[in-house]
Formats: sequence, structure tokens, C-alpha cells
Amino acid sequence: MSELGREDRERFEKLVLPHVDAAFNLARWLLRRRTDAEDVAQEALLRACRFFGGFHGGDARAWLLQIVRNTCYTWLEKNRPMELSVEFDEELHLQTCATPETLVIAGDDRKRLTLALETLPPRFREVLVLRELEGCSYKEIAAITSIPIGTVMSSLSRARRQLYSALANSSQGACP
Amino acid sequence: MRCDFADYLLQGYFDGELSGRQATEFEGHLGHCVHCAAELVDLDLLRDSLQLAQLYEPATASLRRKVRAPLHAIATTTAASQPRLWHWLAAAAALLFVVIVLGKVGRGFNSDDYQAELAEEIVDAHVRSLQAGPITGIASNDERIVKGWLDGRAGFAVPVRDFANGGFALKGGRVDVIEGRAVAVLVYERNRRPINVFIWRTRERDTSARTGSRQGFQWVDWRKGKMEFCAVSDADPADLEQLHQLMNSSA
Repeated sequence: MSELGREDRERFEKLVLPHVDAAFNLARWLLRRRTDAEDVAQEALLRACRFFGGFHGGDARAWLLQIVRNTCYTWLEKNRPMELSVEFDEELHLQTCATPETLVIAGDDRKRLTLALETLPPRFREVLVLRELEGCSYKEIAAITSIPIGTVMSSLSRARRQLYSALANSSQGACP
Repeated sequence: MRCDFADYLLQGYFDGELSGRQATEFEGHLGHCVHCAAELVDLDLLRDSLQLAQLYEPATASLRRKVRAPLHAIATTTAASQPRLWHWLAAAAALLFVVIVLGKVGRGFNSDDYQAELAEEIVDAHVRSLQAGPITGIASNDERIVKGWLDGRAGFAVPVRDFANGGFALKGGRVDVIEGRAVAVLVYERNRRPINVFIWRTRERDTSARTGSRQGFQWVDWRKGKMEFCAVSDADPADLEQLHQLMNSSA
């Protein structure tokens, strides 16, 4: 266990701490609960601090988010393993009236979007959050999630389709 | 009806991730594919909704405070060997203050709440041990050596057992300060994860194990033979339970 020397500490504060928001946001969306997200994000930051000696420059945000993601998955395996095994039932969801004509997304409907996003499996939720909320490039998402870029693209495609369907499901009242 | 291009090029085009050549190729396709054109409109709609909903959640104020705090603790411990002593003295003083305050408030708590509070403090000590320097004061897997080192410093006979055969290898021991008093700590390793077992004397009678978690760390707390044990780790809770069984049956 190496201690952070003065220089490393200054580097850590300068490079890593500016991404505390990103760390919390990713944890919040992966765990769906703010209190859990706070605990896990804190643990991830402690780990980042411990592993900082192994960080030799590059994208500090991607490096931190990779640790946050891993910490979140470890936590989910331990505390809510069901969430990792349940897959989005595309069959069921895509049967609904999800067509561009019938689906009107109310832009200010934060709660509905939140619920819809939370119904996606974590691995689809995370690519959407990283891309749409965090503004990460495919390359960054690939680094954070340790999946190839081609898989990032197909995951995003499926995630967006599923989100679209989940939204359509939540507005069934608007179906013809 | 979906177009074959939709899955890959369309996403990349929408996200601005295609090379110039790929983008031109896709735009040529877009000119005569109504499916892709419609899908692009959908994607746009979805992105606008996500942006408008302001789903991004920045860190809470308390998280900001918490991630600042350990860094400063590290800053104090790493400056030199001299300030490190001061750091521990300051920490001990702070803990003593906590004890006094808890002691006063504590009358309102039932003993379960008190035990949970204590466990939380121990988890914090566990976290601190992971951050600040070597986890062991004495690094050895020899029961007698660790016991000899600990007994004098903790001020009581510490039950030290190596459970390497049961999958919990003794790595050493140290003395920590919890609630202003010296507490013996045994360090075990399970699947390369450290487990700290905090041990101190108590007047209370034996209790069965209580478990909990905090900050992603698990703890198991029990009392036996006028001693209280609290094992903490980020290992599987089942591992901690197993260690509890081993220690309980050997004590």
C-alpha cells in the first residue's frame, strides 16, 4: 500500500478531484439510489487514491470512471445480484406501440425519463449515461467499460431503442 | 422496418464518430433511405429529451466534504515521520471527544444503536488503515510472534490464531485507536483482500454475531469471553461469517 506523497496528492487533487461529479453521476445511474451512490462513489475515490501510483497520465476522468464502474458492479453483485442477471425483455417491450408517430416525449418529463432509463439493464444504462449525460466519446466509453468500440456502438444502438420503447410503454395512454 | 446500416453507421453518424469517408458514404445512403432518416429524427428527439430533462446529477455536498477529508488526513501522515505522530495524537483526541459526546448522547440510544455506531467507527479505521501506510505493525504469520507483539501494546491477552488452513492467512497485527483506547487488530488475508479483526476487552456478556455494511465494507461484530471482536473487509460477507465461526470455535 503506497502512500500519496505531497506531489502525488497535488496531482490527485488537480487531475482526479475535478471529476467527482462524473463519479457520482455514473454511480447514481448504475445504482439508482443517491444514498448508495454516495457511499460507492466515496469508496471508488478512496480506491482511486490508493491506486493513483499506477496512474501514469492520460485521461483521468476515464481512469476514475473505470474504477467507479467496477466498484458499482462489485457492489451490485454483493447487494443486488438480481439486477445484473435480469435482462430487458425486448420481446415484451417492443410489442407496444413504439412508433415515431405515436411516441411524443414530453421534453420536461424528468420523472418519466428517469424511470425509463432505470428499467434498462445496467450495461445499456451505462453506455447511455456515459454518452448522453457525460458526453464521452466511443473511445472513452470503451476504455471505461472495457468493451471493444464495435460493442460500444451496438450497445448504444440497442440501449437507445430500449429507452425509446420503455418511454413508449410508460405513455401507453397515448397509444391509439 | 429497419435498415442494415442502422445499427452501426447510423449511431456513429449521429454521434459524430464516423471518419470523413464513412460519413460521406452514409450521407449518400441517407439520401434514399427513409428508415434511416426517420431513425435519425427519433435519435434527435431522444437526445433533446435527455438534455432537457437535466438528468445529470452532480456530487452531493456531503460527498465533496468526505472526499476532501481523507486526502487531508493523508497529507498529514505523509509529510514526515514526526507529523505522523501528531496526526495520531490528534486523531486520538478527536476520538476521545467523540466518546464523550457519544457517552452523553448514548444514554438515549439502545445498545444496538451503540454497537452499530461503534462498527461504523471501526469501518472508518479499516479504511484509514488501507490508505495510510502499512496495514500491519508487526508483519508475521507466526501466532506467537504476533501475540507477543500485541499483548504488551494492547494491554491484554489477545487470542491470535492463524487460519491459513481455513483460507484465512494471518498476515500480522497492529494496534489502532478506537474510541480513545488502544485496540488490538489482527490482519488476515482472504483471496488477496485484507480483513481487519479489531479486538478489545469488554465487561458485557457474550453475544451472537451482528452484521452490517458501510461504504461498501462489511462488518461482523460479536462478543465472547469478555472480549469484543469486529471483523471488517470488502470481502464476501460469507467469508467474514466463516472467519467468525473459526475464531469463535477456537477461542
